[in-house]
Amino acid sequence: MNALAARRRHPAAIALLILVGLLITGGAYSFIAPKDANASAAVATDSVDEGQKLFLGNCASCHGTNAQGTASGPSLVGVGAAAVDFQVGTGRMPMAQPAVQAPRNEVKFDEDEIASLAAYVASLGPGPAVPDGELTTVLEPGTEENNRAIAEGGEIFRVNCAMCHNFAGAGGALTRGKYAPGLEGVEPKHIYEAMVTGPQSMPVFSDTNLDPAAKQKVISYLKAQEEATNVGGLTLGNLGPVSEGLFAWVFMLGILIGAAVWLGKKAA
Amino acid sequence: MSATYQPRHASELRDGDRAAEQRQADQKPLGGIAGWVDDRTGAAKGTSHLLKKVFPDHWSFMLGEIAMYSMIVCLLTGVFLTFWFVPSASQVVYDGSYVPLQGIVVSDAYRSTLAISFDIRGGLLIRQIHHWAALIFVVAVFVHMARVFFTGAFRKPREINWVFGTILSLLAAIEGFAGYSLPDDLLSGTGIRAMNGFVQSAPVIGSYLSYFIFGGAFPGESIIPRLYSVHVLLIPAILVALFTAHILLVFVHKHTQYPGPGRTNNNVVGYPFMPVYIAKAGGFFFIVFGVIALVSAVVTINPIWAYGPYDPSPVTAGSQPDWYMGFADGALRLVPGWLEFESWGGFTWSMNIFPFSLILLPAMWTLIGVYPFVEKWVTGDNREHHLLDRPRNAPTRTAIGVAGIVMYAVLMFAAGNDLMAIKLHLSINDITNALRLLFFIGPPIAFWITKRICLSLQRADRQKVLHGRETGTIWRHADGRFEEIHAPLTPMERWPLVQHEVAEPFQLTHEVDANGVARPAARKDRLRAKFSHFYFRDRVPTVTPSELEAVHHAPEALEGHGKAHEEAREPEAIEPAGRP
Amino acid sequence: MNDNQTTAAPVEGNALVPASGDGQVLPASLAAGPDTFENPGLPPHIHRAADIDPAAAKRAERQVATMFGISMLGALIFVVAYFAIRDEATFFLPGVGKTSTQNVVLGLSLGVSILFIGLGAVHWAKTLMSDEEVVEERHAQASSPEARADAVTVVSDGVESTGLTRRPVLKYSLGGALGLFALPLGLQIAGSLGPVTVGELKETLWDPENNGGKPIRLMRDPEMTPIKLEDVTNGSVFHVMPETLQHSIDERKHVLEGKAKAAVILIRLDPNDIKVQKARDWGVDGVVAYSKICTHVGCAVGLYEQQTHHLLCPCHQSTFDLTEDCKVIFGPAKRALPQLKITVDDEGYLVAPEGFAEAVGPSFWERKR
Repeated sequence: MNALAARRRHPAAIALLILVGLLITGGAYSFIAPKDANASAAVATDSVDEGQKLFLGNCASCHGTNAQGTASGPSLVGVGAAAVDFQVGTGRMPMAQPAVQAPRNEVKFDEDEIASLAAYVASLGPGPAVPDGELTTVLEPGTEENNRAIAEGGEIFRVNCAMCHNFAGAGGALTRGKYAPGLEGVEPKHIYEAMVTGPQSMPVFSDTNLDPAAKQKVISYLKAQEEATNVGGLTLGNLGPVSEGLFAWVFMLGILIGAAVWLGKKAA
Repeated sequence: MSATYQPRHASELRDGDRAAEQRQADQKPLGGIAGWVDDRTGAAKGTSHLLKKVFPDHWSFMLGEIAMYSMIVCLLTGVFLTFWFVPSASQVVYDGSYVPLQGIVVSDAYRSTLAISFDIRGGLLIRQIHHWAALIFVVAVFVHMARVFFTGAFRKPREINWVFGTILSLLAAIEGFAGYSLPDDLLSGTGIRAMNGFVQSAPVIGSYLSYFIFGGAFPGESIIPRLYSVHVLLIPAILVALFTAHILLVFVHKHTQYPGPGRTNNNVVGYPFMPVYIAKAGGFFFIVFGVIALVSAVVTINPIWAYGPYDPSPVTAGSQPDWYMGFADGALRLVPGWLEFESWGGFTWSMNIFPFSLILLPAMWTLIGVYPFVEKWVTGDNREHHLLDRPRNAPTRTAIGVAGIVMYAVLMFAAGNDLMAIKLHLSINDITNALRLLFFIGPPIAFWITKRICLSLQRADRQKVLHGRETGTIWRHADGRFEEIHAPLTPMERWPLVQHEVAEPFQLTHEVDANGVARPAARKDRLRAKFSHFYFRDRVPTVTPSELEAVHHAPEALEGHGKAHEEAREPEAIEPAGRP
Repeated sequence: MNDNQTTAAPVEGNALVPASGDGQVLPASLAAGPDTFENPGLPPHIHRAADIDPAAAKRAERQVATMFGISMLGALIFVVAYFAIRDEATFFLPGVGKTSTQNVVLGLSLGVSILFIGLGAVHWAKTLMSDEEVVEERHAQASSPEARADAVTVVSDGVESTGLTRRPVLKYSLGGALGLFALPLGLQIAGSLGPVTVGELKETLWDPENNGGKPIRLMRDPEMTPIKLEDVTNGSVFHVMPETLQHSIDERKHVLEGKAKAAVILIRLDPNDIKVQKARDWGVDGVVAYSKICTHVGCAVGLYEQQTHHLLCPCHQSTFDLTEDCKVIFGPAKRALPQLKITVDDEGYLVAPEGFAEAVGPSFWERKR
């Protein structure tokens, strides 16, 4: 104790004390504080009733008690299970507050809960169903057939999708603060569902527009691009010449001016 | 001249070498190959004259070299590319090694660029070096141009060089545009489509001009081969010729130098070309090339395989040209559509497109090119200037330069408005409107702020000369007063702060002659006096020796300064301030 | 503060005289005067470590040699890697991800071999080569008066000798010949650059003449399959090409030229949302077709915002409102996108009975004539 007391006036003592205090209060809080309010543990059935309970607790405030829509949220009658699976499965819904766009976010429900919600909304009116696994299987490059599918997927992507999502799926701007999000890391199932339900500003790519095989080709192309080797090196975000120009101005010019300054300075 | 050190003259030797006479005696006659060449060309005289040339040392003088060396890198790597690139727009089926494009119909130009990138060893590396070098070329040209402008290095006798440089910068940008359009990918093809659109919009001749350039309807099969000729033959020839003339003039004029002790307007102080500058400037070439190569090894540029081949139907979000054409793209984004109208006879005047594209480039470069002559007219200065200006000592010129850069930057950033929208989570419409406003109010505000900063810096320099450098050492007087000690400047330190000339504006004399007859000044002279007044009405005079004397010998007039100076010479009297 | 300088220069008649200078073209100092500081002269030379200490000089020499050595090593690695590394080899580079081994190794070794020559040369110049400052005198750029006079004499004597001044016929005929000779060259280059068929700008593959006068089917781009009315569901967007493009595709001729004017975008709206009667009439049940070529400078206007019914062009952000017949509501375009009139044929497929009513794409001088 003498050693500690002798150092009580050390300049670092106060800093250390504050740090210890923060750690104690922070740690205590994380133990004591209640977890985020979550719906009660879901029953392991995708029952419509379960879904309705979840809906009333998490969605009705904006979408209406019968999902008929309010000023804050559109009607969900007829959007189908696919829409719910996409919106809730990517964390876009429930939305914390109304905004011009619902961004991808932390997923707030587990798979069973999402399935229940989807079943409930599907029961309100006919709409696109969650695609089965066959349709969302990614075709891996390697076989001639798959290679051809990937190439066709690329063509379809460039005509139908690149103008909003960018050539590499890195995302792009729409008007008034809306945007087409980046596609990297998105599950094939969710890409399919987005195409078929047309969330927010995105148009609907129904099966009569792009048939399921075409959708699968697009998904396979996107995943092939994600897995592909970056042959040239760092991609700088796949945003095109703007990031390249910025890199040249800041990084390369910086290094070269540094070299010039070194060159001109008198040696030691 | 300083009494302690005699500067070595360009024709002399350095310390440690043998004395001149001894050297002459030991000298080997010019033999070998050098002798053989001199026998046939008489080149020894010119070569030794060249090798003795003196260049001053400052990092900002290397910026033009960065440009020159990156251009050489482009030339070298470009030769390799011409061995593989096929400048043809004919449609072929791609059957190379890049899987996502196999079986797709593309142009032969695109196919050959894919081959360079994927099927030729080292091809991608050379392509990336070529494109990165091109970007750095234009970056360095602009930064070099800014340095020359802000230091007034364009004044007599260097006006011709400024004009050459202006043309070089315009050609560099066009060369880059032609170059990145050659692979005929979706992104650059969209740029060519926009070029076709704004050429077509020119009144009277637009549609003919568009058909001439493209050899028919857009896109046609001629534009790629024609851009190839321009990019590989026409513009490089002019670039090489102009930059050779540019460098030659630098040798003839001798390089400018920053003001400093020992540097006058009619000498150059520095190091000789042989061997120091051959080593430094030659070495710098390798440094520039090396840095570009290292970057090209690990950072992708222009991934044309990801863009896909050009087709008028698809388009990518974030369609921008390479950065140096950004200002033109940004101008097209900012100009509102209501400027287009139809006149009697059913003719369409696209005043929203054609002035801000076809006219914008020549107009901007003409303004840049004539600036030295405008400034010469305003100052009436017919003397040669070889000492550079510190930008703060030419406040109006510096402010004009900054305002111009702000105007250019607004346009350039406008080209990235959609990327700014997604990265900064803003509305693209708001960004566009804000930039529209900024285009008009930004430059005047920048002008005013810059000029005020320059004048303040000049005043700070005056204060430094008169009162010395703030040392940060606090002196406590016997009566308890605290004061910071100022160290007086040595003559070496002081010289750069007092050596510049403060120009005066012209004034018109009375507009009535001796007999009372009205003799109004010519309108030209009136205009000139107005400009001169605009340039030089705000000025800060330099400190004169008499002013400095006055400060040092009137301690009563200036509180404490004299005393602090005196007391500072008695270190024993210092009481450390701060600790109890 | 502004009054202690020399007085401003007077204007005499039409001559402005500069404020400073004594007429000298190359003065040593531009600000010299009676009450100005004198140039203190070059500062004393400070020796570098390598100038004084032979050990430091040796160290610098070793450093330079090491740099050149690294350069040689880099060159060697390049040569070995060129032959040793497989073309398809990839590896994981931290910070970059999976990348091409060849590109990285060849690039880094090339870069190192070049960079270190430069670093070595500069370090050599800085540490070992003499850094005592050298002074070179300048001379006025202008040639001496004698040389100038000589030049004038040579030229004027030469001109005299040609007789140009005394023989105006020679002068004018020379002027005429020199003035005109470039014309044939210029005309040849410019005139044969392209055809003068600018009327073509108003034609597209949608014109019924291309299909023997029959209505032309709308086809999906790029699959080139026909579109039924019921395929176009609410909120969907189709990218469309005319069936007449198939001929070009089969021949692989003029495909892009055709596409560049024929690209069309097809959208279904709720008919009640369409505010312009003509737009409703030219569509079918709220399904409307518009030219996809932006009326600004011609990019593809592909971005359809389903909820706002806006079409956005990604190039310069021209925004078109579908509910108001594609009127421009933001951005640099002036004119609305031209609408393509569509109907349904007896098999239920969407067709265009007539072409566009106006020229598509960017404006041009004769567009309305």
